[in-house]
Amino acid sequence: MEDIKLRVEGIEKSFPGVKALSNISFAVRKGTVHALCGENGAGKSTLMKVLTGLYKADAGQIYIDEKPVEIKNPIQAREYGISMIAQELNYVSELSVEENLFMGRLPVNRFGKVDWKKVRQEAVKFLKEEHLSYAPDQKLKTLTVSDIQMLEIIKAITNNAQIVLMDEPTSSISQKEVELLFEKIAELKAKGVSIVYISHKMDEVFRIADDITVIRDGEVVSSDRAENLDIDTVIARMVGRKMENVYPKEEMPIGEKVFEVKDFHQKGIFDNINFYARKGEIVGFAGLVGAGRTEVMRAVFGLDPKEGGTVLIDGQEVAIRSPEDAISRKLIMLSEDRKEYGIVPVRSVTENASLASLKNYFFKGFCHRQKEKEEVREIFQKMDVKTPTLDTLISSLSGGNAQKVLLARWMLCEPEIMILDEPTRGIDVGAKFEIYKLMTDIVRDGRTIVMVSSELPELIGMCDRIYVMCQGLITGCLERKDFSQERIMMLATGLLNSEQKGA
Amino acid sequence: MNKQKLSAYLQRFSIFIVLIVMFLVCSLLSPYFLTPNNLMNVARQLCVGILLAYAEMILIVSGFLDLSIGSVLALAGVLSVSCFKSTHSMLLALLVAFAVGVVCNLINATFVAQFNVPAFIATLGMQQVARGVALYYTGGANILQLGKFVKLGQGMLGPIPIPVLIVLVITVIVWYLFNHTRYGRSLYAIGGNRKAAEASGINAKKSIYISYIICGLLAGLAGAIFMARNNSGIPNGAVGYEMTGLTAAIVGGTSFSGGVGTVMGTVAGAFIIGFLENIMNLIGVNSYIQSIIEGAIIVFAVAFDIRSKNRKTTKQIMAVKDEDAKKG
Repeated sequence: MEDIKLRVEGIEKSFPGVKALSNISFAVRKGTVHALCGENGAGKSTLMKVLTGLYKADAGQIYIDEKPVEIKNPIQAREYGISMIAQELNYVSELSVEENLFMGRLPVNRFGKVDWKKVRQEAVKFLKEEHLSYAPDQKLKTLTVSDIQMLEIIKAITNNAQIVLMDEPTSSISQKEVELLFEKIAELKAKGVSIVYISHKMDEVFRIADDITVIRDGEVVSSDRAENLDIDTVIARMVGRKMENVYPKEEMPIGEKVFEVKDFHQKGIFDNINFYARKGEIVGFAGLVGAGRTEVMRAVFGLDPKEGGTVLIDGQEVAIRSPEDAISRKLIMLSEDRKEYGIVPVRSVTENASLASLKNYFFKGFCHRQKEKEEVREIFQKMDVKTPTLDTLISSLSGGNAQKVLLARWMLCEPEIMILDEPTRGIDVGAKFEIYKLMTDIVRDGRTIVMVSSELPELIGMCDRIYVMCQGLITGCLERKDFSQERIMMLATGLLNSEQKGA
Repeated sequence: MNKQKLSAYLQRFSIFIVLIVMFLVCSLLSPYFLTPNNLMNVARQLCVGILLAYAEMILIVSGFLDLSIGSVLALAGVLSVSCFKSTHSMLLALLVAFAVGVVCNLINATFVAQFNVPAFIATLGMQQVARGVALYYTGGANILQLGKFVKLGQGMLGPIPIPVLIVLVITVIVWYLFNHTRYGRSLYAIGGNRKAAEASGINAKKSIYISYIICGLLAGLAGAIFMARNNSGIPNGAVGYEMTGLTAAIVGGTSFSGGVGTVMGTVAGAFIIGFLENIMNLIGVNSYIQSIIEGAIIVFAVAFDIRSKNRKTTKQIMAVKDEDAKKG
């Protein structure tokens, strides 16, 4: 059991001006799960890139089976049995399942022609073995993100890998598939495969990890057996301070109803959607991936069409046909997909922050750049956005900071009702805590938050009320005193649906 | 750190440095280059191209383009000229030029914004259509004897050629649009990430319409100037000018993937190409060879630009400006 499969000794890596990794050492035992924990920007992804040969370390040595090796490129890494599941998915959506499966290693016959028969055979066999229900010739774009993620994971681990690196593998798959993944991981462990697992989700880490190494600012803080640790200790080591409370929830007096959605329906996506939110309230939306929560919010915000339904703000019916309408009614939505619907990567943080409130800075025929800068600087200070300067490109910030810039974008609109769709997705623990704190500040000012989240602990920790959706319907609404993971999961999986009808 | 800052500066202003170096090299290569006459000539020759470059830049920044601009220019030009011949009103003639440009581009915009036809295809179609209409209307023959109309392209106001004056005014207007209007700011956002822009309450469709309309106005104006410079209404004129405009914009640092580009960069891009053509003429480079050199230089310029932008320090380019602002 004490066989060391992968040993990393004194790895150093610098980029111009930054030391990304310094003196990183740890050892991964054979047939175990070794979790790497650290905030975004701690150096985990850089380390992964060193291990897969994408980056060359400035110093240090990697040992596989206690033999020193040099990994120069990803192909060599694969030869050493190192396989990687990246955080950002790499796939071609216009190609079929089988083509994506065999990408870069299509079998060819003697004349260099691709042996499609063999491809099909192996793909069919593979899909059957893995209990995946899609056809090999289906285009990847017809699958959901979580299907693709699953395919990607399975592709990586069936590659005859000895060491599998997983970087946030569960960031876009549903609970059910997480279970599937964990079964797979157990299977792999039994076969003697070692897994390096990176995740921000502490409960997952503690469920599956045998060892936990904490990295902070490019250095190893600690490397211990998981059984000797607890969540608070790990988080404290990650952020370098002890966090008293993960959810800075303050129970505040809740005012009158300010926001109500009535009878929203869109065929095949959601139906009979009725909910409301009160002043100073944080209302949560729970549900599995694909339950239709995001779709509802997008329709409410005017981004997607709806067949029918009304929105009431302060008791008055308002027509929202576009985000423009919504914003003018002080209703905003932070999108779940930061990359696609959030940041404008080629522009500065300032321009990104002021994007939704341009009319505050362009008036009387001129752009008041000074005012723009000052207000952005002020809100950044308030929200503790870490950016080198106000003209830095937003794409060079970490996920958590980029998210804060987007939140700042909406705060500059001075909204009354904020829909936050997965506000903490893909950001580190420290940044999450800061976002929670901001949310608390927001409702303290008498604003209203509707939060969609797939992380139950976060919903339970932060919300005053939680609506649960399942397959396009609201299956229940729970008051804070009735919150429990089990009840929410029951509603989310449709098990409690009948009860709702009876009531 | 200082060295880093210097290299960031160099990259930020690389296009202007190229322009200055080019200017110096040109003045060494030919004694005629620096004469006021020659420089004024370059400016006059560049007028039409710069107008088209602005039009293309507006579109490229927001993620679109216009391949029809050369043909629309010709159509607007010949109709404008023939209007002038029958009415002798400069004002009416210019209005016709603007109207033609706007109508053609409204059609472009409708297909692009309403039916989501890729701009490349929609404007490629318009390229053929507008050229066809121009040739059909004139029967393929040039319209001669333009009378006072030629002033628009050849006249002088004091020491400055009228077209140069017009371009100066337009430059200020376009610069204003980009730097002081919400419309200009939204162009960058739409080009950088249209979905994000729309989710932030920006009406992308409206901006696309406005862009194409501005593009049409510029095409119309360029058409009138072009015909006036050439002493005749040429339905077959300005073929391939859309590429001249695109080239100037791209060499000037406008990113083909959208979201990046400046008016001053585009001016610099136009002048780089203008100087290049001029110096090759002055030192008597064979015109076929000229074409080869021009093509090669364009690709190298853009490759250089992309490479420098991909460097690590580039992310600090914008930072340099801010630090200085704080000091100041």
